[in-house]
Amino acid sequence: MKLDFSPKDELFRQEIASWLASNLCGEFDVIRGRGGPGDQHMFIDERKAWEQKLYQGGWTCIGWPPEYGGRDASIEEQVIFNEEYARAQGPGRAGHIGETLVGPTLIAFGNQDQKDRYLPEILRGEAFWCQGYSEPGAGSDLANVKTGAQFDDATQQWFISGQKVWTSLARESDYCFVIARTDAKSVGHHGLGFFLVPIDQTGVTIRPIEQLTGTSEFNEVFFDDAQCSVEDIVGEPGDGWKVAMGLLGFERGISTLGQQMLFQNELDEIITLAKTNGSAKNPQIRQRIAEAHIGLRIMRFNSMRVLSSEGADGSLQKESMIYKLYWSSWHRNLGKLAMDVMGAESEVLKGGPYQLNRLQSMYLFSRADTIYGGTNQIQRNLIAERALGMPREPRG
Amino acid sequence: MDFKFTDEQIMIRDTADAFLAETSTSAAVRQVMDSELGYDPQLWRRICDEMYWQGIHIPEAYGGLGLGYVELTATLEQMGRYLCCSPFYASVCLAANALLVAGTELQKLTYLPQITEGKTATLAHTSEAGDWSSSGVKVTYQKQGDSYCLNGTYRFVPDGHSADILMLAARDQDSHGLEGISLFVVPANTPGISREWLPTMDQTRRQGQLQINNLILHEGTVMGSAGEAWPQLEQILDLGRIAVAAEQLGGSQQCLDSTLAYISERVQFGRSIASYQSVKHKCADMMVKVEAARSAVYYAACVGDQFFNQTAGASELAEAASITKAYSSDSFFHNAGVGIQLHGGVGITAEYDIQLYFKRAKSTETFLGASDYHRERLAILLLDTQVTL
Repeated sequence: MKLDFSPKDELFRQEIASWLASNLCGEFDVIRGRGGPGDQHMFIDERKAWEQKLYQGGWTCIGWPPEYGGRDASIEEQVIFNEEYARAQGPGRAGHIGETLVGPTLIAFGNQDQKDRYLPEILRGEAFWCQGYSEPGAGSDLANVKTGAQFDDATQQWFISGQKVWTSLARESDYCFVIARTDAKSVGHHGLGFFLVPIDQTGVTIRPIEQLTGTSEFNEVFFDDAQCSVEDIVGEPGDGWKVAMGLLGFERGISTLGQQMLFQNELDEIITLAKTNGSAKNPQIRQRIAEAHIGLRIMRFNSMRVLSSEGADGSLQKESMIYKLYWSSWHRNLGKLAMDVMGAESEVLKGGPYQLNRLQSMYLFSRADTIYGGTNQIQRNLIAERALGMPREPRG
Repeated sequence: MDFKFTDEQIMIRDTADAFLAETSTSAAVRQVMDSELGYDPQLWRRICDEMYWQGIHIPEAYGGLGLGYVELTATLEQMGRYLCCSPFYASVCLAANALLVAGTELQKLTYLPQITEGKTATLAHTSEAGDWSSSGVKVTYQKQGDSYCLNGTYRFVPDGHSADILMLAARDQDSHGLEGISLFVVPANTPGISREWLPTMDQTRRQGQLQINNLILHEGTVMGSAGEAWPQLEQILDLGRIAVAAEQLGGSQQCLDSTLAYISERVQFGRSIASYQSVKHKCADMMVKVEAARSAVYYAACVGDQFFNQTAGASELAEAASITKAYSSDSFFHNAGVGIQLHGGVGITAEYDIQLYFKRAKSTETFLGASDYHRERLAILLLDTQVTL
């Protein structure tokens, strides 16, 4: 067991750090540190252009195999990339759903034609994706999706109808991956398909959801006989749950390290503020800032343990199941800490009608952290039942 | 970067697990915890002769195995899990570390082989206040020609009443704060030292009190730099903090495991109480606390290795020690407390072991500084520098 990086890894660190120093500037200055959680809808065009810049430097999809344009970067290199990216205040990645979720899913479950059509444009930073999982009646109980897909023999098309919700960045995306029922009579995990659906068509309507921040990262997406080509179902009809769960497996892991660097930037801002406004002398604030620092450092060690122990097949050990509950609880506490460090100033906005500063926005949006992607209550059930082997709750 | 145990480290851990499962049973712990010595000398002999744990991280030149801090913490984790009562912690994690950090070559050659042969040792540094910072060093010395005359009282000394060899921290009688602190190493039977057992709430870790009356020590007993030993003493304490955090991790894990075992058997309202969500959610939180503590301890163990091979400095060691000691203490106390709650009525009986862990959690939490002490130590690092904008 050791923490040190090899000399080769350190060379890699220099390479990415110097590339970022000479490229994340000029026209891209405006997006430094922007586009993180609670801020994802901001500077979309600039951040899409930044994805193409990254591609030109060879820095998109670095963990993908070389045959799909990746570098086959080692775990260490991916850790380093994420660290240096955040250290340089790289913006929230507009392409992250494509790179970290869709790409690995197609590589694992897609056919050659799908790989050929979709992977290159993700790699080049030219196509952007959103996720069509949750529905009004299928939140924590994801297998309860009602959206249906019907195959029309005459046109060789799937027709999709139903409603998805909590879809991040739907308006800014080109495609949505959707789980929908291919067998109308099926229930639960059976009879589902996994579809790659173009957004820009008459059968798709997007309605933004105004959040407590006054902004709208989340959307409702309505499918009304939306068309999806026969070539755009991943796996067979009925394989949808397997593919959908495989995708969620990719959601943990490396990408968590980039998230932690955004958290570090937030904590640094809080520390600077505490020093500036004198709250750094308050013994209780001191304790809480130290506790936040401890929590974030341990979050990193959690990730490094999980990444070092990951099975060759990408399977994660049971210890990785604590990750979501851990970070979301930590981040929600950080939001409250930020407000308490600001004191009475925490109420005062940058301007009307509702211009929040970054920490205010983080404070409010962090209340979503413990809900989306599996609520804390669901996470505790999963940990208890799957990691600790406790008896399952009777399910009606 | 490879943040997982090697096959050899897994073997060391599993060997410790198997040995302690057989020797440090609940009955064995309960048998020794009423005695003044506080451990079974025969078990200690077996640890030294058969397992050779006392030599794990001591270099081969001094009779040790020459392994690292990761191997040491892997063993400590298991000792904590089984509440192993032994002079191991004091002898190896305080005294041997003190010799490695501050001892002269002659002192290392003299005392480390004694420790690897099974002699016991400990470190005494704090006095009445239970203050773990430099101001807690209150025993004074007066320089008299080539010798030193020590006076004062040490408290909270692990195995202080029974150890064969003592490392003593004392300060020049006119000094304050970080200045004027020296470290000495002496056989415990040196005239001028009287020792007694301090009976404690946690009966599985012995503490002693040392009365020092005109103890005369010659120049050869001085470790490190006379009058300037605080930085070294702090490094020794930080290594000790990482070690005790590893024991806490094992204890925290055992609180979860024994609670799961109990609630899986217990039936109320016609079903296992482990099937209730309110119970499951508490167990999930216990797992989060123990796994996060594990990440912290393993990280700190790696920093311990880096410190000994000089790729990490004292400030990195201090940060790792405070992060880990603060989190492991809180994790252990949380899991022991929730463990009692989930055991229900039997949780507060003497018969069930969860109460022993609850007591161990508190005694190890206060030892070498409780969580608030370590958070403040980190706050100084984070907050007490000028803002550079």
